[in-house]
Amino acid sequence: MTATAATGALPADVRARITSLLAQVPDPEIPVLSVLDLGVIRHLHRRPDGTIEVGVAPTYSGCPATPVIKADIERALSAAGLRVAAVDVLSPPWTSDWISAEGRRKLVEFGIAPPAAAVGSPRALLRADPEIACPRCGSRRTTKTSEFGSTPCKALYRCESCLEPFDYFKCI
Amino acid sequence: MTPQLRYVLRLADSSLVLAQRLGEWVGHAPALEEDLGLANVSLDLLGQARLLLAHAGELEGRGRGEDQLAYLRGESEYFNLTLVEQPNGDFGQTIARQFLFDAWQLGMYEAMQQSADARLAAIAAKALKETRYHLRYSGGWLIRLGDGTEESRRRTQQALERLWPFVNELFATDDVDREAARAGIGPEPGTLESGWTQRVDEVLAQATLAPPARAHFVWYGKQGRHGEHLGYLLAEMQSLHRAHPGANW
Repeated sequence: MTATAATGALPADVRARITSLLAQVPDPEIPVLSVLDLGVIRHLHRRPDGTIEVGVAPTYSGCPATPVIKADIERALSAAGLRVAAVDVLSPPWTSDWISAEGRRKLVEFGIAPPAAAVGSPRALLRADPEIACPRCGSRRTTKTSEFGSTPCKALYRCESCLEPFDYFKCI
Repeated sequence: MTPQLRYVLRLADSSLVLAQRLGEWVGHAPALEEDLGLANVSLDLLGQARLLLAHAGELEGRGRGEDQLAYLRGESEYFNLTLVEQPNGDFGQTIARQFLFDAWQLGMYEAMQQSADARLAAIAAKALKETRYHLRYSGGWLIRLGDGTEESRRRTQQALERLWPFVNELFATDDVDREAARAGIGPEPGTLESGWTQRVDEVLAQATLAPPARAHFVWYGKQGRHGEHLGYLLAEMQSLHRAHPGANW
């Protein structure tokens, strides 16, 4: 988890409890990932009235999963007896670099190739198409079939070795 | 209406109207992949429009939210660029329109990241990532269509000829723009032209397409004076909300 900016106000044990609850909240469109794995949790802090505020970065401006994620977080934390408000955090904008190492591993297991290059890497800056490894057989002989897939965050690829189509989680 | 509010509404409306146009392709695109692609671009633009409209509502301070601004303003209260209300035509025309707009929006958002309006700067930084991807998609298709078959090349060139008269408006600067630029809200459109031309020329050359000659006439969509197409688009977009105020999914 990379989000820690405004967590000072929360005692460590409360924070740990909230974090373990958030680890159980799945992304609605890629349910193998928790909202923590996805890197969308930007801050946890306590408001003056005692409400726990959870800052959530939308992955894409129009992603329909964002309101669902916020509602799921509120539901999970309320069920544990906490008063909670999930709010949007637009800046800095979410990047696929925030997906955790654990999240990347889970994506591969689920059959989705994780983002290939860090957004700020020289390769990405030079706009070379990254080499994407097939999540099934590991071959790097793959072809992009479409810039867009079933959700805003994915593109479609085909493996030329095992001939299977697969989703690729885009770098942004 | 302050220049800042009007400036934000112009951006919001251009995104919203283009999102609605692209939505017309859903279920009709030439291939499943393009159906998904156009719908995804539409969704991003709709998300950007929602953020911008919500911000406009706050700037206005009269309690109007994104839905009221989207569904309850008439044609002359819409301030989108005339380019984006143009009909979809064939796939080539849709791609050409998208490409010309993406190349403009990219430069605009790049500059708007430095806006004195912190909310606008945050929206721009977020949207810019999406716009880069849109431009890759539309530019990639323009190259494939232009440098494709004789038929695809002819139709894409024709689409450019049809859309080029709306290019002037992308860079036309009026008092609203000057005022907004002076206050550091966003770029003056005229300053975006050289970057746009460079981006567009580079892709057109690869696509073996020729940029048409610039027209003299300048359209006035962003001042609320539109061509004949916007009214029909708004009627379709707004009828449900107007018939069932406050209806929800």
